[in-house]
Order: sequence, then structure tokens, then C-alpha cells
Amino acid sequence: MQRRTFLQGVGLAAIASTAGCTQLGSGETESSVGVAGETLTLTTTTSTYDTGLLDEIHPDFEEMYGVTVDAVAQGTGAALETARNGDSDVVMVHARGLEDEFMRNGYGINRRDLMFNDFVIVGPGDDPAGIQGTDSATEALRAIAESESTFVSRGDNSGTHTKELNLWAAAGVEPGGDWYQEIGAGMGEALNNANQQDAYTLSDRGTFISQRSEIDLTILVQGPIEGGPEILANPYGILAVNPGVHENANYDLAMAYIGWITGPGAQDAIADYEMNGEQLFYPRALSEDPDFQQYVPEGWSSDSDSE
Amino acid sequence: MPLDPVAPLLPLFVEFPFRDGYVRSIVYVSLYVSCTAVVLSTLFSIPVALVMGFTEFPGKQFVKSVINTGMGFPSVVVGLLVLFAVSNQGPLGAMNLIFTKEAMIISQFVLATPPITAISLAAVTGVDENVREAARALGGTRLDVALVVIKEARYGIATAVLAGFGRAISEVGSVLIVGGNITSADGISQTRTLTTAIQLEARQGQYDTAMLLGAVLVVLVLTVNAIVVRFGDAGSMNR
Repeated sequence: MQRRTFLQGVGLAAIASTAGCTQLGSGETESSVGVAGETLTLTTTTSTYDTGLLDEIHPDFEEMYGVTVDAVAQGTGAALETARNGDSDVVMVHARGLEDEFMRNGYGINRRDLMFNDFVIVGPGDDPAGIQGTDSATEALRAIAESESTFVSRGDNSGTHTKELNLWAAAGVEPGGDWYQEIGAGMGEALNNANQQDAYTLSDRGTFISQRSEIDLTILVQGPIEGGPEILANPYGILAVNPGVHENANYDLAMAYIGWITGPGAQDAIADYEMNGEQLFYPRALSEDPDFQQYVPEGWSSDSDSE
Repeated sequence: MPLDPVAPLLPLFVEFPFRDGYVRSIVYVSLYVSCTAVVLSTLFSIPVALVMGFTEFPGKQFVKSVINTGMGFPSVVVGLLVLFAVSNQGPLGAMNLIFTKEAMIISQFVLATPPITAISLAAVTGVDENVREAARALGGTRLDVALVVIKEARYGIATAVLAGFGRAISEVGSVLIVGGNITSADGISQTRTLTTAIQLEARQGQYDTAMLLGAVLVVLVLTVNAIVVRFGDAGSMNR
């Protein structure tokens, strides 16, 4: 008797939870386009996802084609790795070097410049390394290293981490020692961590703006949007997974997405997206003059002697 | 069946700083994935526990150690193993399970089965030998004997199921990897559970909302425990 009531309870719970699930799944829209009803898997970075940008602009695309976009926020390295395994259809990331490598290895095609914002070096208001007002990011990092002020590094192979490592290399400093802390976490956590221990860190402007009200850190070195050095630029690219490598990649829908997000409507929506009254991302896909640079690897030029 | 298990709790969610239906949908996904995984694990574990409890076979101790080791297996590692299996490059790639609830159920099944099996095994081996002898003497078939043993061991088995449920619903590493923590653009969860939602809030430094969701998770687990315990008590009063 007890056994039966118990099993009934378990069965009831299972049925109830399944019922809830089917209710949720029934909200699909109708459409007549060839890709209707399909699902696009987009792997992207925490900075595009956590700022809420994608949730803001995607309904327009989903309605237009009658499709669903599954956005998976992973960080640039992981997002590209997922795509490399054929588990996503389109990738939106911000580390040009890694994107170029991905393209060169044949996993991606049709990369387009999408949008940009910039990185900022943030730190405690009392600024123990004295970097405020420095207009060189590399000098600021050298000052932090020399004063051995605590610096929090993402340490997660994300686009921001990649940028940070490039900056240290450009500064000619090999970071190490107690003051340099790789925390292996997302931007929000890194900012909180830096806030807790009055440390410096490199942040994308969007995440910093969205979190600024909760932390005491201030921007000490501005990025190019506010007149800082160009080396702190943060360009985002979008690329489709090559259906020649991964047959099951939804190439048609990926290209529809890339076409839509680089088009005037979505680019305007990106420009209009604000948080706390500040613009987070600047559209870059459209330009009056041809922009061939977006199709060739970073740093490439026709008279390159690298071959 | 138009039963909505969360509706009575809804007033609790009204003041959440999230979009309509968000918390409800992640509670759904959490319950759906964990309950399904635990039901499947239980259906698998109890026969295994019965067989292991009452038969001798070579390598039994080894199987026992494997099960006990499984109880301490890190969920992230399980997530990675399931990811390799369901990835488009993996053996189950053709089934397109990556970033679905089904993939999450697989990984939670793997996580919940060892504790359910181990605790059930302890429970059924604790059943008095005389009970089995009596059942057999009364002309019971092997199935009858097994049912009598399960009935006698019901509290231990309920504990096993709750332990498995506890491991499944509180686990964050593997569901994040194989599920992808996805919501639709309208804020309705596809593969986001309470735990991965908490992780997302913490990542953004929204510690307050992370704590709120944590409270929801605690309430949910408490409720499930209370329901299971109440079934057990109601049963023993009818005796």
C-alpha cells in the first residue's frame, strides 16, 4: 500500500512536470519561409549575452523567419570550440586572432565585422599604481606590474582574456607573482573580485557600465570610444560554421541570421540599445566605403613578407 | 493533464526582478529534468540493488566500488563525458541531443544513479533474512519476494531517491555544459535550470537575485522532501 502511494506520487510528479513542459513548448510561431520552425544555435560571449543585447534584438529575427535562436553564452574560446565540434551554427565572438585561426582551419566561413565597443582598465579610486590619466594602456600595465598592485585576470581563454594577454605582450611584461591573479571566471565575477580586493582589471565597457552601480571601481584608462588608445578597441565578428566541414550545421539559417544582423534594421537596434542611459555597442557592419579589411586576417597586407 | 504544480507558489514569485514567467519556466525545467532523471535512475537502480543484494557473482565487490566511486564523481566531468557522447562528433551525434533537456537528463541520470543504487543496496541488504524466507515459504514467486523486500526497505529506498534527487537538482556543472543554459529571447527557459540561473546571476555580480533564486531552490527541495516523507508517514498510519 505504502509502496503504491509512493510510486503514485513519483509518477504524478513526472506527469506534472512533463505537462508543464509541453505547455511551454506550444508557443511557436507560424511562418511560410523555408527555414520556419528551425532552431539556430548561436554560441557567443558572456559580454554580448549578459548585457541583455541579444534578448533585446532577437525577437525581431525570430518573428521575421518564424525560427528560434538558442543563444549559448560561453566566452570566445569555448564558443569557437563548440562550433569546431559542429555543435553550433553561428558564432559571435570578439578575438580577431582566434577568429582568423578558426577561419584558416576551415571551420568557419563568411566572417563579417559586426559591432564594436572598447575595453577599459578599471581599478580602485586611490589608484596605487598611479595610472589615472595615462593615455597608453601598455604603460599603465607596466606601472601596475612595477608597483605589484593586485591585478585580476579573467584567465578563461575568453576574448577579454586574449586581449589582456596581448596587452601584456605589447607592454613587454610577463605577468606573474602574487599580485597577478587568474580567477578563471566571467567578466561580472572578475569585476566583483577586483572590487573586493581593490584590484585592477581589464573590462569591456558594456559589462562595466551594466555593473558600475554595484562596485566602487572607476575607469582609469579609457578605451578609444572616449578618446583612449586604439589598442583597447573591442571589435565583434560574426561567422557561420562551414557546412562543408559539419554537414549538420544549419547554414541557410546561419546566413539568414548574419544577413539580418548586419543589415540596417538590426544594426540600428544595436546602436539604440542602452543600459543606464549609455550606449553599449556601436554597429560596424555597414559602411559607405568598401571595407575589405574584414575579410582578410588581422595584420595582413598584400606586400606581407611572412610567406 | 492541466495540473500546474507551481501555481500555488506563484504569489511568492511576483516580486522577482525578472520577466514574466522566467522563474516559473526555470523551475519547470529544473523539476522536469531532475524528476525524469531520478525516475529513470530509480527504475534502473532498484533492480540492480536487488540483484546485487541477493545474489553472489564474481566481481561483485568491484561493481560495488565502482558504484561508490560514482557517488563522488564530479558533475563537471560527467558533463564533459556526456558532451563527448552527444556532440555532433560523438557516438550519439546523429540524435541532435546537444543543448537539449534530454542531454541534461542523460547527465543527471549518470549522476543520480550511483547514490540511488548504493543507498538502495544498503537498504535491501538490511532487510531481515526471515522476511524473505517467510515470503518464499508462503509460495511467493521471485517477483513476490522482491516486492516484499522493497516494501520492507521502503524508507531506505525513499532516502535513496531523495539523495539522488538532491544530487540532480542541486547540480550545476554538467547541465551547464550539455544544456547550454538557454532561454528564448522572451525569457522562457529552454535548458536553464535554477542552478544555472543562479550561476548566471553570480557571473554578472547580481548576488542579491542569485540568493533569491537560491532560496527558491531550497524551498523546492524542501517541498519535494516533505511530499515524499508525507507519503511514507501516511502509508505507515494505514497499516
